[in-house]
Parts: sequence; C-alpha cells; structure tokens
Amino acid sequence: MHELAIAESVVASVLERTADRHVAVVRLRVGRLAGVVPDALTFCFELATAGTALAGASLEIVEEHARAHCRSCAADFVLDDPILLCGCGSADVQLLSGRELSVTSVEVA
Amino acid sequence: MCSSCGCGHDGARVTTLGEPEGHPHDDHTHEGHTHEHVPADPGTRTHTLELEVAVLAKNDELAAANRDRLAGLEIVAVNLMSSPGSGKTTLLERTITDSTRPVTVIEGDQETLFDAERIRRAGARAVQVNTGAGCHLDATMVARALDSLDPEPGSLLFVENVGNLVCPALFDLGESRKVVVISVTEGDDKALKYPHMFAAADLVVVNKTDLLPYVDFDVDRFSADAATLNPAVRIVPVSAKTGAALDVWQQWLDAL
Ligand SMILES: Nc1nc2c(ncn2[C@@H]2O[C@H](COP(=O)(O)OP(=O)(O)O)[C@@H](O)[C@H]2O)c(=O)[nH]1
Ligand SMILES: [Mg+2]
Ligand SMILES: [Zn+2]
Repeated sequence: MHELAIAESVVASVLERTADRHVAVVRLRVGRLAGVVPDALTFCFELATAGTALAGASLEIVEEHARAHCRSCAADFVLDDPILLCGCGSADVQLLSGRELSVTSVEVA
Repeated sequence: MCSSCGCGHDGARVTTLGEPEGHPHDDHTHEGHTHEHVPADPGTRTHTLELEVAVLAKNDELAAANRDRLAGLEIVAVNLMSSPGSGKTTLLERTITDSTRPVTVIEGDQETLFDAERIRRAGARAVQVNTGAGCHLDATMVARALDSLDPEPGSLLFVENVGNLVCPALFDLGESRKVVVISVTEGDDKALKYPHMFAAADLVVVNKTDLLPYVDFDVDRFSADAATLNPAVRIVPVSAKTGAALDVWQQWLDAL
C-alpha cells in the first residue's frame, strides 16, 4: 500500500516548511494518472500524522484530469485513464499532465 | 519512516552476501532534529500558506543522487518489477551466467534472504533489502544498499523490486531503465489492469513462454494493450526456464 509512503512524504514535506506550527488543513493536487487512490490516501494520512504537529489536520484533495496532445490531428484533450488514445483513433499521443502529486497549500495556526 | 530525514527507521534491513564484505553502516544518529514534535497550541485563527511542493520530491532528489553516483561509475542499473512469482530471480540467474559484464543485484523482498542467496549461488554479489511491511523499494533503500554492495565500475546492476504491480511504479530509484516482467500464467489482461506499471516500463519481458501451450495468454493482445499505454515500449517474450529468446534480452542489455 504505497499510499502510506505517500502520506508520510506529504507529512514530511509539510513539516519541513511549517516546523512545529499547528496545521489544520493540508491541500493536495493529485493528477488522475498519479497512481494514487484518494480514499486510501486520506485513510493513511490520519495514520501518518499521528504524533506530529499535523495530528488532526484534515486533508483536502483536488483531483485533476490528465491532458494530452495528439500528434496526428493536433488536438489537445483530457483523459482520466492512462490509455493514450485520441478520439481520432491515433495512439501517437503525448501526455502533457496528469501525474502531479503536490501539496498546494496548508492552513497554519 | 522518520518524517524528518526519511531514514526509514521503521526497518528496511540491508544484508550483503558475497565478496567484498559489506562494510558496517551504523544506524546514524538524528543530530539536528528530533523525533518528538510538540504540537503548538491550536489557535482559533489559521492562515493559508502556499507551498506547491511535489510530494515525492525527496525521493526524486535521492534517486537523482543515486543516478549521478551510478553514472559516475559507468554502471547501468535496471529496475526489475513484477508481481510475485513471474520469474525475476530466475531471469537474473540466467542473466548472470550469460552477461559479459560483471553483474551485481539489489534484492528487495518483504522478508527472507532467499533471493540474495540464489543470486549468490548463480555467481554474483547481492545485497538483500527486506522492507518488512513496505511494498516497494525507495531511493533511500537503494542508496543504503549501494553503500554496502559497492558495485564495481562498468558493471550491470539489477534491482529486483518487491513483487507488486502497483507501488514500485511510483518510486524512482535512480535506475537507467525500468523493466516489467509478466509471466504468461498471469493472464493477458494485466497491462490494462495495472496501467501505471506498464506505462512506466522501458521494456516488458513476457516470461514462461514454455507454458503458452497450456494457458490462454495471447501475446499479440497483450502487446497491443501495452502499446496503448506506452507506445514506445519494447516487448520481449522469453522463457527463463528453457532459455528461449534470452539472447534478445541479452542483446538489449548489452546495448545499454
Ligand atoms: N515454466 C516456467 N517456470 C518458470 C520460468 N521462470 C521462472 N519459473 C518458475 O516460476 C517460479 C517463480 O520464479 P522466481 O524467479 O522465484 O520469481 P520472482 O518472484 O519473480 O523472483 C519458480 O518456481 C520458477 O522456477 C519459466 O520461464 N517457465
Ligand atoms: Mg524473486
Ligand atoms: Zn487525434
């Protein structure tokens, strides 16, 4: 369950910047192709924050569509699964975004 | 894992088998930071702190350091990923025999030294990383394994990741290439079921082709599915047991 390792990395990257200040909310941006299940991450976040300055903080996850560019018909399109197929039938598709996994902001006391 | 330094004190164990003897690496102390964090009095007012930090930035930095270190030694590193039992260790045993370059192996498993012992018997040096509950190797574990393995310049380093088709795809180790091994007994629908893994692969070894007469695995269907996830991926069907087509695998490695 890599969501626990991800949750621990979230906690570590926040603590590095907030030190011992109390954190009430952590906001994440998660691309649809990041390979992370938001519910599993939320569950693990509680475990990972226990005993830290983030204990009790809530996790707000904003999921983002992935975007891709078709080299055959030049269209840009959104996708929610990693199947790189354009509506025109071409698989000559370049992924532009969708793998992001970032802490965007936190609420600190 | 220690949240402050990522030292993994939850217990990945690193055990080296074979010469040269692994030099001891004492657990480092936590100077400059502590593991106790006293929560500040939670006030009623909060304010927003914009951060924009990549969650895996720390792993990625460590992976980049591993990559530099390996490049400096002209070592080619291959991260082997698969579900348990697809034949990674068997493939490595054959590869050690066939390789023109010296081979060393970092073995990842939750428990036991079995695979490192198999590699050792096949004639290569190996270090076993036991991740305990951990389902994948990360760049920190590989850095520690490299410290004790001390692979020779110009060698071929394999990292046999923990058997799992999900988590290892997310963690860059500093490898030169990612290889996914799938065996024909696992079913030809696995590319679409585990898309992240196959999307990340540079090459997919389809192993146990000696069993194709007994199972429904359609290599063409599998290859077509993998190509929709990863148009550039190379597919190499082999049998690690009979040795069929292992020369194709060996040629690919030699070209790295
Ligand atoms: N029939 C057949 N069995 C294989 C082949 N490669 C590996 N095996 C068997 O599959 C089992 C698991 O192999 P192992 O190398 O331990 O898999 P790992 O968990 O991916 O390292 C063992 O019993 C191997 O003997 C192959 O090409 N054909
Ligand atoms: Mg194995
Ligand atoms: Zn198109």
